[in-house]
Amino acid sequence: MKLTDINLRDKGAAIWEGWDRPRRTIFVIALIALVGIMPFAGNFSFTSILDTPISSYQDVLVYPIGMFVLMGLGLNIVVGKSGLLDLGYVAFFAIGAYTMAILSTRTHLNAWEILPIGMGLAMLSGVLLGLPTLRLRGDYLAIVTLGFGEIVRIVTLNISVTGGTNGIARIPNPPAIGPLKFGLMNSVNFFWLVFAMILLVIWMIRRLSVRRPGRAWEAIRQDEDVAMLMGVPTLRYKIWSFSIGAAVGGAAGVIYASKVMVIAPQMFTFNVSVLILSCIVFGGMGNMWGVVFGGVILAYLPERIRFITDARQLVYGIVLVVIMNVRPDGLLPRKKREKIKAKTGAKNV
Amino acid sequence: MRLEIKDLHVFYGKIEAIKGISVVVNQGEIVTLIGANGAGKTTTLKTISGLRPVSSGAILFDGQDISGMSAHQRVEIGISQVPEGRGIFPGMSVLENLEIGKYFRKDRKSEMQEDLEKVYSLFPRLKERTSQSGGTLSGGEQQMLAIGRALMSRPKVLLLDEPSMGLAPMMIQNIFNIITEINKSLGTTILLVEQNAQQALQRADRAYVLETGKVVKEAKASDLLNDPAVREAYLGTGAH
Repeated sequence: MKLTDINLRDKGAAIWEGWDRPRRTIFVIALIALVGIMPFAGNFSFTSILDTPISSYQDVLVYPIGMFVLMGLGLNIVVGKSGLLDLGYVAFFAIGAYTMAILSTRTHLNAWEILPIGMGLAMLSGVLLGLPTLRLRGDYLAIVTLGFGEIVRIVTLNISVTGGTNGIARIPNPPAIGPLKFGLMNSVNFFWLVFAMILLVIWMIRRLSVRRPGRAWEAIRQDEDVAMLMGVPTLRYKIWSFSIGAAVGGAAGVIYASKVMVIAPQMFTFNVSVLILSCIVFGGMGNMWGVVFGGVILAYLPERIRFITDARQLVYGIVLVVIMNVRPDGLLPRKKREKIKAKTGAKNV
Repeated sequence: MRLEIKDLHVFYGKIEAIKGISVVVNQGEIVTLIGANGAGKTTTLKTISGLRPVSSGAILFDGQDISGMSAHQRVEIGISQVPEGRGIFPGMSVLENLEIGKYFRKDRKSEMQEDLEKVYSLFPRLKERTSQSGGTLSGGEQQMLAIGRALMSRPKVLLLDEPSMGLAPMMIQNIFNIITEINKSLGTTILLVEQNAQQALQRADRAYVLETGKVVKEAKASDLLNDPAVREAYLGTGAH
């Protein structure tokens, strides 16, 4: 059996379909609990193999792993679901982060209050960018979004309110929620926070996918002209897709800034956009679980092999090339639909 | 319902593809546009359905100028197009393809079952394949699906772009029979673009002959069938 033929996605889906409701609930709760205790795996006997040398394992779980997965899921709505190639996704991350940095250092608002503002501003910039540019297609859209990503970074470099090259320091951590403190020493709590946000985004995507927006995005991705002929308001749905993706990026930015406490323009380069996109392509474009796996692996691997120093980027590159050769559609590709299970509604037709 | 195109001009960049076409389609008619490659048939349809912008001229639907409307609004007021090359969503099942044809309808839930039945009775073949993905259907089945999908929006006028393209002769007969039936039994007005002039003229009430972006002839379809110039140019005389 060839490596390209292994279809974990369908096997997983088949097992899932075979389960009844209580079994699914137990599985989901167990999975959430398992991921929830991951921060402690670094110190535990045999799982300590997961521990990352040099950088703190618990910090790595928040950034890059958690953030990459979160942003990967957000970008997947745009790239994977609606087929719009966005090469400037880092802009929304930056807008979220700078909103947090500026507002928290100049006003009395705390991170929880800034979170919706950051998401709102990212969404707004998504709409403003989308209105003129989403009439473009394919490569042209990619070029414009790439430009937007660079514009945001260069603006933050050159205006005083963002602190120029030095960025903004002394960003306060979020205030505690009950017993959960968010400080320098509370990486575990940050991880749980990001994990909760990831779960929320996964839930949201699942809801949207089976409803009208999901249908519209799918139609737009497969054939935009025909989608228009079917009466789908394509521009409206493309802007929705863009701004929902942007909101997720903005939320990631706010939390990121509140954790690292110092942000500067060089954290928001084109590289980040490409890395997030790689997570999607590597994991399997359009498939949420693929994106989660892709994000985890691509974020974790460079940290795990940090001890080989100079050869690190080389090994990372080789892994990417090999995997993309063996599995060109990604680790867990989107379902290729040959035969689709008849829906319950279709029985009496 | 009356669809009227008045002195329509359409540009692709600097190239003028449609140079002042005027076409009228009355309620209940089958009207066909025939012509060679590059005559502007497809562009005319795309402009009516809103995929191409109008450079000058007007498209009147029930007396209202719709040339500024977006494509999805035109579906709402009752214009539905079967695109060239069928345009099936390959990754969606037959049922999902049909469902998306009803995308904009406010009362789609209550209408859905009735309209599915209607499409299945026109195309029994589709009923056998509801759960199969659109991309794996044969050419003829895809054409049936494309027509069925366009009917889901309960159009007042159906625009058909080369429904016979790439189909076997038997299937072409079949598709044209169904087109005639849609016109007769559902009362849907039809604007048909065809390269297969013989079939199109036999089925249509009236016809327009397009040449390089202009209407060069307009007549009853049966008259054109016997017109020596048209026979020479589009039908073959049978003498060669």
